[in-house]
Amino acid sequence: MKLSTKHLLGIKDLTKEDIQLILSTAINFKDVLQRPVKKVPSLRDVTIVNLFYENSTRTRISFELAEKRLSADTINFTVSGSSAAKGETLLDTVNNILSMKVDMVVMRHSVSGAPHFLAKHIPAAIVNAGDGINEHPTQALLDAYSMQEKFGNLEGLKVAIVGDILHSRVALSNIYLLQKMGAEVVVSGPPTLIPKYITEALGVKVEYNIKNALQWCDVANILRIQLERQNQPLFSSLREYNLAYGINKQLLESLGKEITIMHPGPINRGVELDSDVADGPYSIILNQVENGVAVRMAVLYLLANREG
Amino acid sequence: MKTILSQQQIGLTIKRLAHQILENYTQEIETVIIGIQPRGIFLSDKIVAEINKIIHPSSIKYGKLDITFYRDDVRTELHVANKTEISFDIENKKVVLIDDVLWTGRTIRAALDALLDFGRPAKVELCVLIDRRFNRELPIQPDYTGRAIDTLVSEKVKVMWKENNDKDEVILIQ
Repeated sequence: MKLSTKHLLGIKDLTKEDIQLILSTAINFKDVLQRPVKKVPSLRDVTIVNLFYENSTRTRISFELAEKRLSADTINFTVSGSSAAKGETLLDTVNNILSMKVDMVVMRHSVSGAPHFLAKHIPAAIVNAGDGINEHPTQALLDAYSMQEKFGNLEGLKVAIVGDILHSRVALSNIYLLQKMGAEVVVSGPPTLIPKYITEALGVKVEYNIKNALQWCDVANILRIQLERQNQPLFSSLREYNLAYGINKQLLESLGKEITIMHPGPINRGVELDSDVADGPYSIILNQVENGVAVRMAVLYLLANREG
Repeated sequence: MKTILSQQQIGLTIKRLAHQILENYTQEIETVIIGIQPRGIFLSDKIVAEINKIIHPSSIKYGKLDITFYRDDVRTELHVANKTEISFDIENKKVVLIDDVLWTGRTIRAALDALLDFGRPAKVELCVLIDRRFNRELPIQPDYTGRAIDTLVSEKVKVMWKENNDKDEVILIQ
């Protein structure tokens, strides 16, 4: 049993068996995290560098914790305070780090495809921690893990992805993963935030009416409005977005059924999600964060293997 | 192919091992049983069932330990992890580790590391069905042995159980 790939660049490259292997391995790591000694010595001979060219709280801490729980040595690199600020290229930076005997690279970058470029030029295993508007594979895996934990199976599950689909790497990774695992996906949001040819390209249904989308689904994954990636205004105001697409308690109660609410964080409270829902009983947002460490441990553990 | 233990012999051996473990049972230190995943469980299940037949009411605690993440070959060979179930405290108790075959000793080394992450036992003992005496790579010896045999590295010992075979049997493949 091993992964079909040397790197984790995106869910797109994984097979269904890869995803199942990662999710089942993560169950064992979640078990480790409940013990008095929350770590195992598996990767004690592995050194991992966390290269974060873009801001992150959850993902960076989650990866670092996962690495430490596996007994790997870790180095953290953030672009501010590094020579990247002096104009060093990505490849130069990474090659310099690798010459200090580093085995794996976890990278977040604002340019889509940056980890794929790196994978072509360096020998280390690469884990994509989010690249531009392309993919965020470990987020999709931890979302899947959380859904599987709650519902037992992903097959046939109805998932609505709501909000800024256009700029969301979380949405793309989730769509790839859920479709591979046999779940149904509907995206919902204002037309300006939904890619024009998404139905043709990815085979997902689009439902512009938020209430209809929620009525249909078992799980709603609410995405953050990414103002930092919008070069031009795509809706008139945050308040208007909240009125049209914001998820609040009143809206959920009007559905007449219980749905599960997820969010990859960070939440813009009062924009895409109101506090009474984010902190309410239907939300599994903090479970997602907890599961993130176990899922990332599984990914790193499986990629550190050099069999064959 | 040679039969080392037949179904009847395995039954008798399991009874003997259960009695031997109980013989060393003292009131001062509580004894607990921990089987090693995945294949040691077949044996430990049977030994625990045997112990439960002898002592009434049974109070022996029984857990299962998975050692996958503690192996020294994780980077070269990938093993599928199994569930660890230890629902009790092992601190200051006597732990009897149970596995089917003792050969290089590396599994037991990993099991000791894994076990110590759950606490500091007063004593750890090892019980195996088959002890392949030669080719040990680490200084580890069993306290309770079903059958000790002399084998070559090229030979294979297969322990088969009713659960996935038609009968219990231990065979040597040359």
